[in-house]
Amino acid sequence: MPTRRQILGSMAALPLMGLAFPQVSWATRARGDARFAFVVLRGALDGLAAVPAYGDGDFVRHRGPASDRLTLDDTFGLNPALPHLHEMYGKHEALVLHAVATPYRQRSHFSGQDVLESGLSSEIGTRDGWLGRALPRNAAGVRAMALGEAVPLVLRGGPGVSSWAPMRENVLDDDTLHRIEALYGDDQLLSRSLAAALNTGQIAREGGLDENGPALSGPRERFLGLMTAAGRFLAAPDGPRIAVIDIGGWDTHNQQAGRLKRQLAILDDGLAALRDNLGAAWGQTAVLLATEFGRTAAINGTGGTDHGTGAAAFLAGGAVAGGRVIADWPGLADGQLFEARDLRPTTDLRAVAKGVLRDHLNLARADLDRTVFPDSAAVRPMDGLIRG
Amino acid sequence: MSLPDARTQAAIATNRFGIGARPGEIAEASGDPRGWLLRQVAAGPSPIPGGARLPTSAEAIARADAQARLDEARARARETKAEPTAMAKAPAAPRYDIYTEEVAARGRSALETDRPFPERLVWFWSNHFSVSVDKAAVRAVAGAMEREAIRPHVLGRFEDMLLAVIHHPAMIFYLDNQLSLGPASPRGEASRRGLNENLGREVMELHTVGVSAGYTQADVTTFAKALTGWTVDRREDAGRRFGTFLFSPDMHEPGPKTIMGRTYPQEGEDQAVAVLQDLARHPATARHIAGKLARHFIADRPPEAAVDALAHTFLDTGGDLTAVARRLVALDVAWSESPDKLKSPNEYIVSAMRGLGVETEEAVIMLRSVSMLGQRPFAAPSPAGWPDTAQDWAAPSAVYQRLEWAARVGQQVGPGLRQPGSLVGEMLGGQARPTLADAVDRAASGAQAVALLLASPEFQWR
Repeated sequence: MPTRRQILGSMAALPLMGLAFPQVSWATRARGDARFAFVVLRGALDGLAAVPAYGDGDFVRHRGPASDRLTLDDTFGLNPALPHLHEMYGKHEALVLHAVATPYRQRSHFSGQDVLESGLSSEIGTRDGWLGRALPRNAAGVRAMALGEAVPLVLRGGPGVSSWAPMRENVLDDDTLHRIEALYGDDQLLSRSLAAALNTGQIAREGGLDENGPALSGPRERFLGLMTAAGRFLAAPDGPRIAVIDIGGWDTHNQQAGRLKRQLAILDDGLAALRDNLGAAWGQTAVLLATEFGRTAAINGTGGTDHGTGAAAFLAGGAVAGGRVIADWPGLADGQLFEARDLRPTTDLRAVAKGVLRDHLNLARADLDRTVFPDSAAVRPMDGLIRG
Repeated sequence: MSLPDARTQAAIATNRFGIGARPGEIAEASGDPRGWLLRQVAAGPSPIPGGARLPTSAEAIARADAQARLDEARARARETKAEPTAMAKAPAAPRYDIYTEEVAARGRSALETDRPFPERLVWFWSNHFSVSVDKAAVRAVAGAMEREAIRPHVLGRFEDMLLAVIHHPAMIFYLDNQLSLGPASPRGEASRRGLNENLGREVMELHTVGVSAGYTQADVTTFAKALTGWTVDRREDAGRRFGTFLFSPDMHEPGPKTIMGRTYPQEGEDQAVAVLQDLARHPATARHIAGKLARHFIADRPPEAAVDALAHTFLDTGGDLTAVARRLVALDVAWSESPDKLKSPNEYIVSAMRGLGVETEEAVIMLRSVSMLGQRPFAAPSPAGWPDTAQDWAAPSAVYQRLEWAARVGQQVGPGLRQPGSLVGEMLGGQARPTLADAVDRAASGAQAVALLLASPEFQWR
């Protein structure tokens, strides 16, 4: 039996929310230089492969020995394809969360991602995203960016949201653009998107981003390019302070060891690219990396894993109080698994996101409980994730 | 609800139900826009130009396997610096890439068809049963699946399409079913390998009853067991059967199975066929399909009454897709004057090429831009297929990429146009506002006129 670990921060009882945390206006936020990036790992990252619980006596039975791990502590290691993340962990700039999950308890990727991004307790009623709703209502200019061709659900519903992807063409002249803007007069969606794109292009040029660089082909080039761009945008003095980047390729139903190694290396190099391009702003940055759910504890019949529940997540950045694994570890023995197959979730991912939004972006508890993560008053923001 | 005037109805028929008006098409439809669509429903999708020259999925698999063996032999020869075998020494023939050929053929079909409504239905169903060439084994057969399992059934019975798709090598490879072994099957007992539930889950969640139908994890696992043994014949002695569907009893989990409360005593392939037939006829499937059709043809958030109507027709006719298509055409709400659907990149580019009358082979090359605009053919990011709402395609970077593309097409096509102004009526009919016609008339050049027309809200929404 593994020891049940409690590494959560201060557990001092908080007064009931809403009483001690009167509504704070969106305008009174301080820490305007805090940066936040959310990396959405689509397809359900296998947490036990990324963060093997080698100290749990049942781990070997499910997964075999994790002999070439990078050590985190005497229970957990890190997949050897994650050296940059391990280095950040060593410098107390990254922490690892395990056995986390959204409130979603079925195993559909699509519903799971809806819950991960909408911040609701189920996929019913999905319209917009928690990060979109966390944006200040009175924002001017571009406040948040999606890197890529689409604005993901998590960022929808907010003001000042733009997106950026490298462009292969550059033939549109100013005169034609003005005429197009005139045509878009009463088309809300197109006129807003065009205005945001023009605004973003301005920031990109000022940030020295090659807007017309070669299109990013291949998953590795693409992710590194987008993480580089995210770093430059977040570092720009008048740039956005929030960025969302997607990376797929985690749905490893068969022969997963090699695939995950390559995929995790892309993720790790991308994280390093983000850090390097943030420069000094890395010190004011928190990056949350999370997935819709975990995978089965045991390897399936084809050398892979099927859809599961409890997952691993990561929080990195100079603003993070890192160097720790945060896990209320449920164990991997047969009786301890969720529905006799998955890592049992013990930490609500919303508590992590709420902790970061409260302590890093200065959102008020009441807004977090009602607007950002509706009906989540019972889920306390996790304390101590951000350096004091 | 009152319908728009005939000229606007004709534009809706060609642009919302069809895949973009070709010159003369709106005029042709304007006499009887609904009748124009119903005649296409009766005729079905047109044959693909040059389709007979494309390999069957079995031939494509055989070729891809042969190519892989050759590549491997060459690589081994290079590595070992050994005397290459005769096979590895053979001169490298220009590589025939089936995927590229399939994409071009699909493009020609879209550009040339005079039955654009069934062609859109092919797109719709191909996306409903999405596979991705990002999985290497799928690359050779994704196009073949659309030709062999989708196209023949878009106006037939849903059940037949479902059975054809789940038997097809492209879907089997895409969702790993050739790897899945029944734990108690002869091969399962002899091996450490076992069940893979990928196909079973996606059939229930995405292809049939939908995620909120109330099935359980146990239903998914049991259905996956019923599907074990559904694989592709790659046995060395397969002969003419090589590359076709194979039911392998050695891989199949024996015994009766209970799925969504019903017990299936059948043995062998018949068992999963029976489950698929029940899933195809399930009321939740009718509702799921009706919702997706209404979202595709009417609005991102379609009216409940329209979904109800389509679901009833689906259920009452046992999934007769001709009846469903006719019901859709009959719905007044589908003819609303204000369009609510933003074109996807594929819809956008195909409709531009059709409208501008670009010569087919030149247009086929220009269709390649669809990848740059975010919708590489047969490469949707997940088994759920491409998303189908405006929000999904209207990110600032995506809108801007489209405008850049429109400007480049203007440069390529605009200078050769004698009367860019006439394009507005030909492509948009009654859907164009007078302000757009003015803007195109006053454009500084033919290139700019085309750019403005393709950039306009009227052209981007359907």
